[in-house]
Amino acid sequence: MTQGLWPALLGRFDWQALPFVRAWETPTVSEIIGAGAASIVIVGAIGLMALLTYLHAWRYLWKEWLTSLDHKRIGIMYVVLAFVMLSRALVEAVLMRMQQASAIDAPGFVEPDHFAQLFSTHGSIMIFFMAMPFLTGVINYVTPLQIGARDVAFPLLNSISLWLTGGAAGLMMVSLVIGRFSTGGWSGYPPYTELAFSPDVGPDYWIWAVTLGSVASTLTGLNFATTIYKMRCPGMTLMRMPLFVWTALCTSILMIFAMPPLTVATALLALDRYLGAHFFTNDLGGNMMMYANLFWLFGHPEVYILILPAFGVYSEVVSTFSSKELYGYTSLVLATMAIAVLSFTVWVHHFFTMGQNANLNAVFGIATMTIGVPTGVKIYDWIWTMFRGEVRFTVPMLYSLAFMMTFVLGGFTGILLAFPPLDYLVHNTLFLVAHFHNMLIPGTLYGMLAAYHYWFPKAFGFRLNERWGRISFGCWVVGFYTAFMPLYVLGASGAARRTQAFYEPAFRPWLYVAGVGALILLGALASLFVQLWISIRDRDANRVFAGDPWDGRGLEWSVSAPPPEFNYAVLPQVAARDPFFDGKRAGDPYAAPATYEDIEVPRNSMTGPVIGIVGAALAFALVWHIWWLAILCALGIVAAVIARSFARDVHRTVTAAEVARIDRHWRAAVAEAKPIPRHIETTSANRGLAEVPA
Amino acid sequence: MSDAVKHAGLNLGATDEETHEQAESELFGFWVFLMSDAVIFALLFATYGVMLPATVGGPTPASEYKIAPAFVETLILLTSSFTYGMASIAMKHGEPRRVLLGWMGATLGLGVVFLGLELHDFATMFGDGAWPSRSGYLSSFFALVPLHGLHVLVGCVWLVVMAAQVLTFGLDARVKINLLRLGLFWHFLDIVWIAIFSVVYLQGLIR
Ligand SMILES: [Cu+2]
Repeated sequence: MTQGLWPALLGRFDWQALPFVRAWETPTVSEIIGAGAASIVIVGAIGLMALLTYLHAWRYLWKEWLTSLDHKRIGIMYVVLAFVMLSRALVEAVLMRMQQASAIDAPGFVEPDHFAQLFSTHGSIMIFFMAMPFLTGVINYVTPLQIGARDVAFPLLNSISLWLTGGAAGLMMVSLVIGRFSTGGWSGYPPYTELAFSPDVGPDYWIWAVTLGSVASTLTGLNFATTIYKMRCPGMTLMRMPLFVWTALCTSILMIFAMPPLTVATALLALDRYLGAHFFTNDLGGNMMMYANLFWLFGHPEVYILILPAFGVYSEVVSTFSSKELYGYTSLVLATMAIAVLSFTVWVHHFFTMGQNANLNAVFGIATMTIGVPTGVKIYDWIWTMFRGEVRFTVPMLYSLAFMMTFVLGGFTGILLAFPPLDYLVHNTLFLVAHFHNMLIPGTLYGMLAAYHYWFPKAFGFRLNERWGRISFGCWVVGFYTAFMPLYVLGASGAARRTQAFYEPAFRPWLYVAGVGALILLGALASLFVQLWISIRDRDANRVFAGDPWDGRGLEWSVSAPPPEFNYAVLPQVAARDPFFDGKRAGDPYAAPATYEDIEVPRNSMTGPVIGIVGAALAFALVWHIWWLAILCALGIVAAVIARSFARDVHRTVTAAEVARIDRHWRAAVAEAKPIPRHIETTSANRGLAEVPA
Repeated sequence: MSDAVKHAGLNLGATDEETHEQAESELFGFWVFLMSDAVIFALLFATYGVMLPATVGGPTPASEYKIAPAFVETLILLTSSFTYGMASIAMKHGEPRRVLLGWMGATLGLGVVFLGLELHDFATMFGDGAWPSRSGYLSSFFALVPLHGLHVLVGCVWLVVMAAQVLTFGLDARVKINLLRLGLFWHFLDIVWIAIFSVVYLQGLIR
């Protein structure tokens, strides 16, 4: 690049970076799809801004939500982000399946380079910007309530984490409009992502989006480990914590230890690309195996970061909707910890074929199979929890059941892959793709959807529509089997993953079936949105302000729905494992406290949004080599942190009188509500007060 | 006041129980952060170990490392940990503000001298053609050692900010908690440097 004002101001940007220009110059279907996606981003962004302006909602949104440090609001914002990104990544999945179904001995309509971007963004988004925000959101919302805390240990840090994640997701969206994304897959393997092979901006987008996301997750991990360890209410010993809190704790610990390897991997790759270092290059001493080790030292624990919270959700759901105490609580806790520890000992199974010796592969193969044991323990515990319970087939329970069956199936194929010789046969085929979707869809997505249905009434004060919940559930399950079972067949027949076109006519029927499955999954997502819309429309008929619609067991059900900003008017005292459930049976859990006290809550802060937005701008500047902007943004972040450290008036007091007013209002509503028996809990009769059977 | 063990060196005076609990969890969180930071350093050490033979005909550890400056840097950093320890004690025992600021100033001075010497080392290496882009070995050296230097720089900026806060707010609970965090951070850097001195410099010179 020569000297001049242009590169100094705009780095390596040129008009070809805009998909509209490319589509204008070469109007192929592939380019037009790209331009279409870009215009959706632009039109969507402008439309959203126009709507907010029309509704005069900017001020409300900024003051009540974006700058909020309330863990409940932060949790909800995470989940909203997850749904937005899920929509994009699912559409990309459908596009890929349609391409493959149309590209048997034919070029199809998506060009190879574009296809490579699709699978790279699909994977990166699903892992980093759908699954991670979703589970972080649920942990954020639920954990402090379940341990009887007023907030998390570091509310400001929580907001910063949210906004770094949001900034990274924004960077993903920008990559659709300006420039192009990486073609190196979600794992970004060098030397392919090195300057020599991918000199464009794609891998840089990937590097900085993932880096922002992983820093945010590290901070989330340390925040929740501290919260759970230090902020439990009196009497909440470790072995009395709800199982979801246990899984949140183990996930947090995994985040603290497993996200740094990812940060190191992406940072070293960035050094290679920006400073000409030789960590992973093919020449001058670079060693790509270092990347594989660093990446999977993160990548495998990441699987359990994704799955453990879902295990926690299933434990809560199965116990609640079976009206039984969780069977084998201690063994579930031990299994969770065992999985967390073992997850660090298996990373080599991601590259059995990379040429290390057979003994090493054997060790890691055996270690991998070991994880099946604690997982099996968990499945048996859930089954025994249901045994002779009063099982109610609500939507969250349906997801739990579908999970148990589907996940076991995926586990078996995982055991197959853990045999190094078998792994050699199906390595890098669609068999692997089928396997990890088989683990992650029931193991994360179903869990998060179960959590969404289960805690939604708590968060918003009304229940989700049951019928559309079932329709959506049916589509997810049927769609999953239709979309991914054919991939096992294809993979075992040697169909390579990440392939844009096939030359084997025998693949045709399987690819068609998989394509139909993808469409059903799109229908599942659409029905979730329909459900949300109908539920909001009918919200008055389904209000559950009293706060206990499912005859819940943990502390989170003992407050109003939605809970007050300070969670608990008086911090609870816990004497057993299912405190609220026991309390309901032992006496009157809704008895008003004698006195109320002032409560301090964190004041809103714009530090989080500022750091997130400036962080994303910094990343964007680095992607495009706009150095003046990068320096400005870096200094801006430092300045923001220092300025914040001088802020002293960071708390706001909710007076005792105000607390009393809010609390009494709720208790009056509870006193008025009619208790409903379990068998009609999915009808409009459910106003959030469960009848307590004798 | 409960009989639970308080964080060592924490003297928040006759303040309420809630502030004490708050301080406990804030420091606990910082320990967790250091643990996660330690993972980053551990991985960079591992990378360095793997890349060490990859000198591809360029500068080698033996040709680049000088024992004298590395040793002096070690002494300076150890001394700065001592002076920060004195600052902590001054804070704990409520000595006059100028004593506290004096020890903090000494720490800052030593930190800056350390950074200067380290930059001088790097400049010498650059003079020999030992650039990060020369070989895998040099890449891994320049990922590990300057990252520690960057941490020291952050520590120095933090010292300045804290001095300003001591002057602005006096020793309120938040300033005290932050001074303790800064102390943990500074001693942590000392430990990392000891590892760098032994694993990088000493080992490199023995070869
Ligand atoms: Cu794995």
